[in-house]
Amino acid sequence: MSLQLKITTSPHIKTPLGTQKIMQHVFFALLPVAAWSVYVFGLSTLFLLVVTTLTCALTENVLCRWSKKPSTLSDYSALITGLLLGLTLPPGFPLWMAALGAAMAIILGKAIFGGLGHNPFNPALVGRAFLQAAFPVAITTWSPPLLAERFSTFFSSTWAVPFMKPSFDAMSSATPLGAWKFDGLTTDTVDLFFGTTGGSAGETSALLILIAGIYLASRKMLDWKIPVSILLTVLVFSSILYFIDSNAYPSPGFMLFSGGCMIGAVFMATDMVSSPVTPTGVWLYGILIGSLIVIIRIWGGLPEGVMYSILLGNACAPIFSRLTQPKVFGAVKGGAK
Amino acid sequence: MDSQTLEVTKSFAHGVHPPESKETTRELPIRRFPFAPLVMVPLSQHIGAPAKPLVRQGQEVVRGEIIASAGGFVSVPMHAPATGTVKKIALAPNSAGAMVQTIFIEPFPGSSQQVARGFLQERTLDTPDAIIEAVQDSGMVGLGGAAFPTHVKLRVPEGKSVHTLIINGVECEPYLTTDHRVMLEQKTEIFKGIGLLMKATGAKKAIIGIEANKPDAISALAKAVPADLNVTVEGVKVKYPQGAEKMLIKALLNMEVPSGGLPFDIGVVVSNVATAAEIGQLAPFGQGMVERVITITGPGVKKPGNYMIPMGTPLRFVLDYVGLTDDASSVIFGGPMMGQSISNLDIPITKGVSGILILTEGTQGNLNKPEYACIKCGHCLEACPIFLNPSRLGMLAKKGLYENMADSFHLMDCFECGSCSFICPSNIPLVHYFRISKGILREKKAKS
Repeated sequence: MSLQLKITTSPHIKTPLGTQKIMQHVFFALLPVAAWSVYVFGLSTLFLLVVTTLTCALTENVLCRWSKKPSTLSDYSALITGLLLGLTLPPGFPLWMAALGAAMAIILGKAIFGGLGHNPFNPALVGRAFLQAAFPVAITTWSPPLLAERFSTFFSSTWAVPFMKPSFDAMSSATPLGAWKFDGLTTDTVDLFFGTTGGSAGETSALLILIAGIYLASRKMLDWKIPVSILLTVLVFSSILYFIDSNAYPSPGFMLFSGGCMIGAVFMATDMVSSPVTPTGVWLYGILIGSLIVIIRIWGGLPEGVMYSILLGNACAPIFSRLTQPKVFGAVKGGAK
Repeated sequence: MDSQTLEVTKSFAHGVHPPESKETTRELPIRRFPFAPLVMVPLSQHIGAPAKPLVRQGQEVVRGEIIASAGGFVSVPMHAPATGTVKKIALAPNSAGAMVQTIFIEPFPGSSQQVARGFLQERTLDTPDAIIEAVQDSGMVGLGGAAFPTHVKLRVPEGKSVHTLIINGVECEPYLTTDHRVMLEQKTEIFKGIGLLMKATGAKKAIIGIEANKPDAISALAKAVPADLNVTVEGVKVKYPQGAEKMLIKALLNMEVPSGGLPFDIGVVVSNVATAAEIGQLAPFGQGMVERVITITGPGVKKPGNYMIPMGTPLRFVLDYVGLTDDASSVIFGGPMMGQSISNLDIPITKGVSGILILTEGTQGNLNKPEYACIKCGHCLEACPIFLNPSRLGMLAKKGLYENMADSFHLMDCFECGSCSFICPSNIPLVHYFRISKGILREKKAKS
C-alpha cells in the first residue's frame, strides 16, 4: 500500500461556505441593484459604477504588489467596496472624483489598517465621507431619474475635468429627503419602494435591496439581525414621532424607503468586519444606527444621515462586542472562577 | 434521509450541522474481523497509569486471559485478544506517535474467536464496590473515544449522590455508526449493563439519549426496556456536538454542569451506550475486553462496514482487509470532528478507537483552501455550544496572550468539539490554536 497520508488537525471536515464565497455572493446580490440604477439613471451611472469598482480593484492590486503580498483581489472585498461606493454617489457624479474616492476607500478605509478583516469602518463609507468633505457641492447635486435621453447622453457633470469647477445640469433635481427637509414636500412611498425617484445611484429601489438582503440572510452570508434591528428602530422611532405630530414629521414608510436607509441597513451596516461580533452586540449596534438615522434626518443639518450613522455605529462596534460577551455555559454565579 | 428522522425538541443551544454521512454503514450488521498474524497490545491505551505486564516472552496465552494488571486506581488491566505466543514486550508507536511498551502476540493459526470457557467465573455483583471492581477487572474504558477508565467514573465522590444515569447513544460524529449498530444488536447486554451501572452509582433512574436520526434504535430500545428497570429512551435533535456529556445533560435534564465541574456535581453520571453493553456482557462473568465494534467508513474505503475487531490488530492489516481506493488521502481514528489524524499505519487498534475514517481529496469542504483573516462574521460565536467567543480567542492566541484567553475569555471551558473551526468561513484552525494555548498554559503552570 503506497499511501500518502495527509495529517490534519481536527476537525477534519469543514463547511463549504468560505469567506470568498460569501463575498462573491454579496457582490452578485448587489448586481441587480446596480442594474436597476443604470436603468433609472442611464449611461452616466453605468460609467460611475464601473469606474469606482475598477479603481478599487486596481488600488488593491497595486497596494498588494507594493507590499509584495499575493493579490487579494480574489476575495472580492475590493469589488464590493467599489460597487457599494458607486451606489452611494449621485448618478451624475464626476468620474474623476469617483475614482479618487474609490482609491481613498481602499487606502484609508482598509489598507492602512492591514487589509480585509482589520478595517474598523466600512471602507466604502470612508471613501464616501472623504468625497463628502472634499466635494460638498458635487455630492449633493442630484440628477433626475428616468430621463428620455439617459441611454444616449451623459449628465454633463460626469465628464468634468479634474480640478476644474464642474458645471452641473440645470435640470438637477432634489432627493425625496432633501425635498422634505428643505421644502416640506413628501414623496409617494410606492415610488420610493420601487425606486423611480431621485437620489444616489443605488439607494433608490427598496424592493430590490430587500430581495437581495433576504437571499443573503437565508444563506447565512449576512446577519439578518443587523438590517432587522436598524429598520425596526427607524420604524418605531419615526412612528412615535409621526403619531405625535403627523404634519411636522414624515411618515414611517417615507423614512424607511427613502434615501440610503435600505442599502445602508442591508449592505453597509452588515459589513461583517466593522460590525460587532457578538449576537447581543449586533442588536445594540442596529438600534444605535437606526436611532441616529432618524435623529440626523429630522434634527440634523443634513437631509440624509445614514452614512454618518453607520460610521458612528462602526466606531462603537468594538465596545459593543466587549460589553456583550456571551454568558458561558455552566458559568458559576458570582463571576468566572 | 428526512423520512428517517424523528420529530423531537430536546436539544442544546448553538452547535453546527455537518453532513451526517452515515448512510453507507448504518444498515450493515456487525461482522467479525479475522485475526492478524501479529497483534500488538499497548500497556497504555487509556487515560491514566499504564498497565503492568504479567507475561513474558515465549509464554503461551489464551484469548481473554489477563496479560497485564492495572497500574493503579486510574488504570485498567489488559487481556489477551487472541490465543497464541507472546513474541516480545517492546516499545511500539501508538496513534499519537509516542513509543509505548507493547505486548506482541502471535496468534496460533486457526485459533478461535470464542473466549475460552475456563476463564468464565460468575461474580457476585451486589454492592457498588463489587461492580466497580468487576468493571475495572474487565479492562473497560469509555468506548466513545476518550478511553477514560469507566470504573473511575462510577465511584461517586464522598458527599455527592447520583440521581440520574444518562446513557449516551447520540453518536453525533458524522460517518460513525458503531453505537447505532450496538443499540440494534446488543439490546440485552445494554440493559444488563445499565442495571449494573445504576446499582454502582445509586442512580434511581436512567435515560438513554439517542439522536433523532436513529429512529430504529430508539424504538428497538424503548420496546426492550425490562420491567424491573426505571429506564426511559429519549430522542434528541440531530446537531453536533449533542453527544458531548454537557450538551446531552442539558438536552435531557435541562441542567448545566458548572464550569470546571463534573456531572457528579449535579448528580448525574453519563456513560456511552457501547460501554454499557460491554459491561453488561463482561462484568457478570469476570471477562476482559478483547474486541470492540468499529465503524470503518468514508469515501476512501472499498468495503465499509461495522466490524468486531480484536484489540491490538495492526491498522495496516485492517486497511488491507477493507481495501482503500487510489485517492484515499487521510486516515482518521474516530469521527471527522474530533478524531485523530494517523501518520503511521503500523500502530494497533486500541480500546478508544470508535471508528476508522478514510477521507479522500475534496471530501473535506474548505479544509485545503487558504486561510483568510477573521472577518468577524460571528458564525463561531453562534456555533460554540458553551458560548465562548472563538473569534476573539483566536486573535488572542495569534498574539500569544494565553493568560488573557484563560482569565477573561474562559479558554479552559473549551472542550475542543471543533464546531468553531468547522464553521469558520475564513478557514482559521481555531480549535487547534486553543489546544496549543491550553498546552502552553499547562506547561507554564507545571513549571511554576
